[in-house]
Amino acid sequence: MSERVAVRKTYKLFIGGKFPRSESGRSYIVQDANVALSSRKDARDAVVAARAAVKGWAGATAYNRGQILYRVAEMLEGRREQFAALGVPGDEVDAAIDRWVWYAGWSDKLPQVYGGANPVAGPYFNLSAPEPTGVVAVVAPESPALLGLVSVIAPAIVTGNTVVAAASPSAPLAAVTLAEVLATSDLPGGVVNILTGRLAETVPTLASHMDVNAIDLTGVADADLAADLEVKAAENLKRVLRPAPADHDWSADPGITRMTTLLETKTVWHPKGV
Amino acid sequence: MFEYAPAPESRSVVDIKPSYGLFIDGEFVDPTDGGTFKSVNPASEEVLAEVAEGGAGDVDRAVRAARAAYEKVWGPMPGRDRAKYLFRIARIIQERSRELAVLESLDNGKPIKESRDVDVPLVAAHFFYYAGWADKLPYAGFGPDPKPLGVAAQVIPWNFPLLMLAWKIAPALAAGNTVVLKPAETTPLTALLFAEICQQADLPAGVVNIVTGAGDTGRALVEHPGVDKVAFTGSTEVGKAIARAVAGTRKKVTLELGGKAANIVFDDAPVDQAVEGIVNGIFFNQGHVCCAGSRLLIQESVADRVLESLKRRMAQLRVGDPLDKNTDIGAINSAAQLARIKELSDAGSAEGAERWSPPCELPDRGFWFAPTIFTGVTQAHRIAREEIFGPVLSVLTFRTPAEAVEKANNTPYGLSAGIWTDKGSRILWMADRLRAGVVWANTFNKFDPTSPFGGYKESGYGREGGRHGLEGYLNV
Repeated sequence: MSERVAVRKTYKLFIGGKFPRSESGRSYIVQDANVALSSRKDARDAVVAARAAVKGWAGATAYNRGQILYRVAEMLEGRREQFAALGVPGDEVDAAIDRWVWYAGWSDKLPQVYGGANPVAGPYFNLSAPEPTGVVAVVAPESPALLGLVSVIAPAIVTGNTVVAAASPSAPLAAVTLAEVLATSDLPGGVVNILTGRLAETVPTLASHMDVNAIDLTGVADADLAADLEVKAAENLKRVLRPAPADHDWSADPGITRMTTLLETKTVWHPKGV
Repeated sequence: MFEYAPAPESRSVVDIKPSYGLFIDGEFVDPTDGGTFKSVNPASEEVLAEVAEGGAGDVDRAVRAARAAYEKVWGPMPGRDRAKYLFRIARIIQERSRELAVLESLDNGKPIKESRDVDVPLVAAHFFYYAGWADKLPYAGFGPDPKPLGVAAQVIPWNFPLLMLAWKIAPALAAGNTVVLKPAETTPLTALLFAEICQQADLPAGVVNIVTGAGDTGRALVEHPGVDKVAFTGSTEVGKAIARAVAGTRKKVTLELGGKAANIVFDDAPVDQAVEGIVNGIFFNQGHVCCAGSRLLIQESVADRVLESLKRRMAQLRVGDPLDKNTDIGAINSAAQLARIKELSDAGSAEGAERWSPPCELPDRGFWFAPTIFTGVTQAHRIAREEIFGPVLSVLTFRTPAEAVEKANNTPYGLSAGIWTDKGSRILWMADRLRAGVVWANTFNKFDPTSPFGGYKESGYGREGGRHGLEGYLNV
């Protein structure tokens, strides 16, 4: 009897709910696998997909978004062994799942914590409420590959933004596996798009893209590159989350700044009178 | 009127046991010093099950179980783990929604389309919402580290049995309390099914205890020295008795009581939409709604038009089998409630108001009352002052917005109000002046777990739902 020959997985990009190869036809070897090496065109395609998804996702009820994010946590829980096989420590998988659950619950609570009635001095109803800013480019930290990625994607999408994420270049397999989780969690295609490859190739395109509303530079370790990207982002005044310090504790309570930085506040006035 | 073929929902999805014990410390147990009572289907008077009546000793056992679970398990548990149990419960409710809806309609008499499309989805949503708060309490605005109270005694009414359970249990557990809940004696069955759901979710024993019974059981629970919190939804009369009973103790109290809401229709309101809102406001759930729009205030210039349209619409309402998917109005929950509705309606006629109901054939068995309106009602009439809690609408008129405010607020209650007008500034002007905890504009009877609900004045105090709903369960 010969031993069974395993069927190996191809690790591809995640754009618009589909898993295409890089349009450049390139890949690179990392974690003992060929992984798609994204081009600038892939980055632009991902932005188009993310923009197309904004209307439906931002327009969904907070309850619906919360349900879908919780579904992601359920699907993640079912794949713990797969992440373990990719070398993600069990504690990190647990923390990543708990973080999805934590963010899922924020969907219908952040507006209650971050918005509210303003007692203006006049006969006016005045209410401030947060709205998503739109398309957010995020650079995931090099490590932890799963918890870091989850910690930058979830706070962006829970409020109704859509995301183009650049995965950890040295440990992208957890990101592609997360994409498979997202693809099977009722999350509409295009809400999260994941690019693998070199940051220097894709991230400047995202930072200077005029149809991206915000950029999260968390995973940019090179201070000069980060400053350059921030300059590019200034062209259309993208909202910027600056890089995380090298000793950032990913297991700590993340607070709400990651969410609020990626929100607009809309204040509505209306007169009162018979 | 259109003829509809019967479209009954099958009751085979529900497995009702012949008898039920009390749910204490994670198990169903027989009462030690209580008795039993029967729960009846109000649409047929058929006995559905025999249910345990908890005595004072049973209440004591339940409170002790809740205390032990609070001290050893639920209190010390991290919020993120409490959240996971609540999410589990929410999911199981979603999975078993059909079963819960059918059982609710059988035990309560409400139409299946309402239990299926309103009650049960809101129950699941409530658990989902508060699950998400369990690990975020420091963000809720009550200080950096708010603590639970301990054991919550919760007594709920029969009009929305499972929904009221959710309003009580979800925030209590999210905040870290354990609970002893007493469902109403005419509608205990969905609470007992919920107890099974707690078992299915592997919720630690003693976190949720369900003690069935009537007024004496509720009194023993509320007055038990081992409870730290009392939450009650029901009549203003009992609410006042509870407020007296807890006087001088450290128990935190929230009360959600009766109402006599004004539904105010201005001359610029779109009539068809307003009529839908009026019908929904008073005939939803047979009018067994504390926030029902039971006083219709119509601006005089459009009163005839609105009433004509309202009567036409009422003639289309389908009263009958709660399990029929076409039914709009189901059965009155109990013989006692039916007697009260009849008594007050007779008082309305005797005091000089004009009574009208559409031609309406009512079933022979069960408890039924045709949708009814009274015109020519004055503010002194009993039907304008007392809560009827049935499908009976009192119609008054007004000329100016100030008069509408005056009449709307002329009640000891203050739970809700409705405003129908095309003018946004008038909605907000009115809302500022109405002494009511919930004001619906160009809609009525809308509920959401994120939205606080509760009354002014003798409609009670405290809020349920939303961020505010946590406050009643935190030591703040």
